[in-house]
Amino acid sequence: MDFQIALLLGQDGLTNGAIYALLALALVLVFAVTRVIFIPQGEFVAYGALTLAALQAGKLPATLWMVVALGAVVVAVDGAIALRHGAMRRLPRMLALNLGIPLLLWALLAHVETAGLSLIAQIALTLCIVVPLGPMLYRLAYQPIAEAPVLILLIVSVAVHVVLIGLGLLFFGAEGTRTPAFSEGSLELGAVTLQYQTLWILAISALLILALYAFFGRTLYGKALRATALNRTGARLMGISTTMAGKLSFTLAALIGAFSGILISPITTLYYDSGFLIGLKGFVGAIIGGLVSYPLAAAGALLVGFLESYSSFWASAYKEVIVFTLIIPVLLWRSLTSHHSEEEE
Amino acid sequence: MSARPVLLEAKDLSVSYGKVEALHKVSLTIREGEIVTVIGPNGAGKTTLLSSLMGLLPGQGEVVYLGRTLGNDVEVEERVGFGLTLVPEKRELFADMSVADNLLLGAFDRYRRGDRDFDGTMNEVYGIFPRLRERAAQMAGTLSGGERQMLAMGRALMAKPKLLMLDEPSLGLAPLIIREIFRVVASLREMGVSVLLVEQNARAALQVADFGYVLETGEVSLEGPSRELENDPRVIEAYLGLGGKH
Amino acid sequence: MMRRLLLPLFVIALALLPVVLPESAEFYVTLLNYLGLYALVALGLVLLTGVGGLTSFGQAAFVGVGAYATAWLTTAFGWSPWLTLLVAVATTTVVALFLGFITLRMGGHYLPLGTIAWGISLYFLFGNIEAFGGHTGLGGIPPVSLGGMELKSGREFYYLIWIALMLGVVATQNLLDSRDGRAIRALKGGVVMAEAMGVNTAWYKIVIFTIAAQFACVSGWLYAHLQRFVNPTPFSLTQGIEYLFMAVIGGVGHVWGALLGAGLITILKQWLQDLLPKLLGQSGNFEVIVFGLVMIFVLHRARDGLWPVIVRLVEKRLPMAVRANAVEAADALPRRERPAVGDTILDVQQVTKRFGGLTANNSVSFSVRAGEVMALIGPNGAGKSTMFNCVSGVNPPTEGEVRFLGQRVDGLASREIARRGMSRTFQHVRLLPTMSVLDNVAIGAHLRGSRHFVHASCRLDRDEERRLRAEAARQIERVGLAEHMFDAAGSLPLGKQRIVEIARALAADPCLLLLDEPAAGLRYLEKQSLAELLRKLRGEGMGILLVEHDMDFVMGLADRIVVMEFGEKLAEGLPRQIQEDPKVLQAYLGGVE
Repeated sequence: MDFQIALLLGQDGLTNGAIYALLALALVLVFAVTRVIFIPQGEFVAYGALTLAALQAGKLPATLWMVVALGAVVVAVDGAIALRHGAMRRLPRMLALNLGIPLLLWALLAHVETAGLSLIAQIALTLCIVVPLGPMLYRLAYQPIAEAPVLILLIVSVAVHVVLIGLGLLFFGAEGTRTPAFSEGSLELGAVTLQYQTLWILAISALLILALYAFFGRTLYGKALRATALNRTGARLMGISTTMAGKLSFTLAALIGAFSGILISPITTLYYDSGFLIGLKGFVGAIIGGLVSYPLAAAGALLVGFLESYSSFWASAYKEVIVFTLIIPVLLWRSLTSHHSEEEE
Repeated sequence: MSARPVLLEAKDLSVSYGKVEALHKVSLTIREGEIVTVIGPNGAGKTTLLSSLMGLLPGQGEVVYLGRTLGNDVEVEERVGFGLTLVPEKRELFADMSVADNLLLGAFDRYRRGDRDFDGTMNEVYGIFPRLRERAAQMAGTLSGGERQMLAMGRALMAKPKLLMLDEPSLGLAPLIIREIFRVVASLREMGVSVLLVEQNARAALQVADFGYVLETGEVSLEGPSRELENDPRVIEAYLGLGGKH
Repeated sequence: MMRRLLLPLFVIALALLPVVLPESAEFYVTLLNYLGLYALVALGLVLLTGVGGLTSFGQAAFVGVGAYATAWLTTAFGWSPWLTLLVAVATTTVVALFLGFITLRMGGHYLPLGTIAWGISLYFLFGNIEAFGGHTGLGGIPPVSLGGMELKSGREFYYLIWIALMLGVVATQNLLDSRDGRAIRALKGGVVMAEAMGVNTAWYKIVIFTIAAQFACVSGWLYAHLQRFVNPTPFSLTQGIEYLFMAVIGGVGHVWGALLGAGLITILKQWLQDLLPKLLGQSGNFEVIVFGLVMIFVLHRARDGLWPVIVRLVEKRLPMAVRANAVEAADALPRRERPAVGDTILDVQQVTKRFGGLTANNSVSFSVRAGEVMALIGPNGAGKSTMFNCVSGVNPPTEGEVRFLGQRVDGLASREIARRGMSRTFQHVRLLPTMSVLDNVAIGAHLRGSRHFVHASCRLDRDEERRLRAEAARQIERVGLAEHMFDAAGSLPLGKQRIVEIARALAADPCLLLLDEPAAGLRYLEKQSLAELLRKLRGEGMGILLVEHDMDFVMGLADRIVVMEFGEKLAEGLPRQIQEDPKVLQAYLGGVE
């Protein structure tokens, strides 16, 4: 390997690592707040990319039907509960959020030639479709068993993942898609050629991470999420509802997932099931951070990105084997250094 | 005294853990601006009573707060919005967050409802507990036991509660700090906050309270103005079992 | 009586099926073969997930290890399938022990996450190793021969599969009904208690993970010789997830749930794979959508799966004669040597316990002699339970010495201390609520037996098991709960559950008994008989250390009392002295001036 190739691989590793880092942060967030190990995170990556591709092709993305359908189910479930308790005042907000917005989107998309819209508008529409799926999934799959053991929540996560994969195939078919780059061309920097898309990915990832940092450090809602992660009872006593925190963290995770998909779909072909492996690589990063530390998780994810990129050069066929086997020494290291208390879960 | 309007009234409140009844038909009344204490030995059901009033544990019987019935479907978060707050026995602070952030989160419910004016409240709390102002940037987990209790109380006051429920505020604290805490409890009356004080430290609690209930094995065994209870020999019996009867 | 016939009828039906099914029904034989293979894997998950509270999404990878080991060794080197079975199981054991060792020491979710990663990497490995034929796979695997007969047809192989499965079912049931079985059942929600009774819970976690992996491996070996061809697809993570779905939907806590789940998923899959593509107008594995939704529904509404639901239905129709619960008479277990009355057995010297910046115990010293009741009292938060945990090794002291029977025990694991003859109860009752009182108490006698899971699976443990059960029954009678012996422990009122904890502690044959609030929740008469029991034990030379809030109880029973406040020793003396001590009165009633 010469210097040129090393740089090229490093660039690849950094780009992928940045995406894995975003996903790792979302995974740590969701786990800390809800104790859910969010296996379906990767499906949001695929849904984001494929929804954008559908909009660019001028088609109505099938995820739109999904958000309408899920919204209807949420309204049915929550509406029934509200009626039983005679809490009618909850209805307007519930209807607007879960049915009103999706139906508005539908009306909008039915009348607009999406292929002709600007990229920013297309991305905004994609996020409007895909992101609400996050809190809706939380409401339907996780909230009823929010107090269940981590293990049960994990099995539910795997079930949700399987459902989303099946639906992904149904919605988008088996063919992969690529979306055009945010801006074409590349930047010559001495010996290195940087694709503009690479720069976009790095810049936006960095921005998102900074935004998250500000959200958790500066806003009261961000602090409320951290508080829930630190002490659920304490948070409830302050009026921070566990359900609100759960939905908010799932919204953020869905946003990060969908945005990651939008960022990388110009540089890799994404299929309905590609998200899973991408999400899991974020996971390996998150586990390096012990599922609690944000900086360690991000650093771990970058490490995964580099490892993947360099191993694809030396042993391309064994790329996945090497990346996922990395988890073994990581776990070994963590099990030797962490003192897990004998307390039951 | 009795002319004051009733803030909270519990009638025949019972709470069970599975088949075990921890609280049996407890009735109590809290009036506005009043300090009411519930004393009694360990395991008498004092914490259970507070948890149930706060909505952490479902109970049977009736709880009426400001004319509104608090059924089991009224969640903790909603009760916070009504002006009830609980400072639990374990304090439940956010250990890895700063003192200032802990206090800010005390006002979360007000923020959620659009009330952004909590700098004033924050200053009031710092006025009550100057120690918290000194420690504002420190992580809550590094505080001493007494400071933790102050932070827990300060955090609860940030919500501008109508009824503050304190579970064993003196637990594990040195006498000097206990005195400080009780001085603050007494001053809450002037701030218009009603207090339900659960204590094992019977003498201190009765000194500061207007009215007291003695809870034994899940039932109210004695009640009355605290001046009367203070000298009642049956209170001592309840604690040290000198009577040898049952 | 009908219930008794169900199982033999089921076995006979299974045995006759290949004989009576016509040639045209070959499809059903194949279906049943697969069902058996899947059920064997799901059976391992019952043990791991349902009983032990752990889980794995990577069982398909272990199936792959079994299949590829035999495929490669038989085709490339011409080894006998029976020899490769041994190699496959041995390989699986090594891998499972390694994975278990590194993941099981941490929180419960690291094992499943580790198995996901391991499932993926092994799948890619199978597809990339040239000797294994890459993604095309390996063909020409020889059939298994048994006594000179080659099992070539599906109908012949059927028997091999179902005999293996039934052996697995019987061995698992035997295992669960044994000394090790009780320890394994305690893994789910009873780790602290089990450790205090001398159970090495980390070891048992590794054991059940390994057994589950071995079941999967055998299933893979059978699969390779049934198909006579392997490729990586059936060993993917997707399949591993499906195995878990089978176990959970069928009833992950029940041996027969594995069969039920495997049957349901296998048949449902066949049906949906025909139906859904027609319905949706596309081809693809859409059945996973249904599986996933069913899974979510089951976990929300019937977390124990469908088997218990079916059992309840059957029980309504065919009420079973009351099960003859009896404890057979057996020789008493040997007892440990006991210290002489009056000897100091526990010596606590200047023990300090800090949690971060908080000091829960500050330089506390006291001792307990054989044949006395020492009571530890003090207001809430005085550090009494912390002291108990320091002494019993649940949470070792930060500083200071604890000597038990003359030897230092501070810093030892609680199971090591238990082994030396100290046994305890817990303030927050730690029983396994769905297990019978007898089984709960028998866990206390864990260290007095030595037969393990290998003996248990082959029923070589019956003699010792009888003695353990008889000992447990003796202790239950001794504490006066004979009438509840076969009731689920969780169905007793809390006060009686505390007494069950005492029986469990006694079953360990201790010389020092640590009781944390034994009288809480008892009625007056029950307190009387508890005090009577403790006096009797004291008379037999037992040392008793007691934390209690009921002062009548303490004052009437204790020989000596230590009062604690703010984590420090406030006073020590005879009950009368303590009651008159003004410092004690102050500590209890408080006061600010």
